[in-house]
Amino acid sequence: MKLFAIILIGILAGFVIWGTNDLPERGDPGSPASTGVSTYYIENAYTDSKTPNMVTAVLADYRGFDTFGEAVVVVAAGLSCLLILLRRRRREDGTEGGLFSQADAEKAARMAAGKGLYGDDT
Amino acid sequence: MTSRFESVFLFVVARAMVPLIQVFAFYVITHGHYSPGGGFQGGVMLAASIILLRVSMGDESYERFPREAGIVIAGFGALAFALLGFMSMLFGGNFLEYALAVPGMGADELRYWGIFFAEVFIGFLVWGALVAIYDALETGGVE
Repeated sequence: MKLFAIILIGILAGFVIWGTNDLPERGDPGSPASTGVSTYYIENAYTDSKTPNMVTAVLADYRGFDTFGEAVVVVAAGLSCLLILLRRRRREDGTEGGLFSQADAEKAARMAAGKGLYGDDT
Repeated sequence: MTSRFESVFLFVVARAMVPLIQVFAFYVITHGHYSPGGGFQGGVMLAASIILLRVSMGDESYERFPREAGIVIAGFGALAFALLGFMSMLFGGNFLEYALAVPGMGADELRYWGIFFAEVFIGFLVWGALVAIYDALETGGVE
């Protein structure tokens, strides 16, 4: 079974190497990746947005909606971690408490009041 | 809950490193126009500085950066980014087109500042989300 797996991987790797023969040359101006919308970005990124770093211009401007989706995914991951891992506490009277303890809430209130963010409250 | 590991070296070095990491993170976020970097990378560095505080100082770090702050900062970043996108729609542009009608500014300058604020909000968002994930994993739901 192990020998079969090795032979199968070898055959598939052979197909992949065979397939690379049809890839365009590196930096070929006639390749599909260089004839699409990327030439527009390269020619107009600076004049459109005064941003020397073309990558930033594409990331935050031309492809801003895509970046927005990525960012929302990050926030969703954080929220799911909180919701899954932090247990709701029971208050003394048995009702459902919040996600955070009373001490944490007091710390946050102190921080919101502008005290105790760095160092002591003196 | 973690308690502070009593090592003078760890404590002193961490306290010296955290401000430097944070200043460099702000540099990376705000210079996304000119150099490699941007909101995602700078936000990760900000989160790393807070996690270094958590690792080296234990409970004391919760007084400096409370556990709730992570997800609050992430939510602020996401909301501000979304509002920045919708703001251009009020003036007739597309979502995140930065086509705001501010007099005296050309379209390229508006796009410049739009990209800048987008990077800043992404930085906030990644910073808060990563710290929130770390806190949730560290406490593991037990208290």
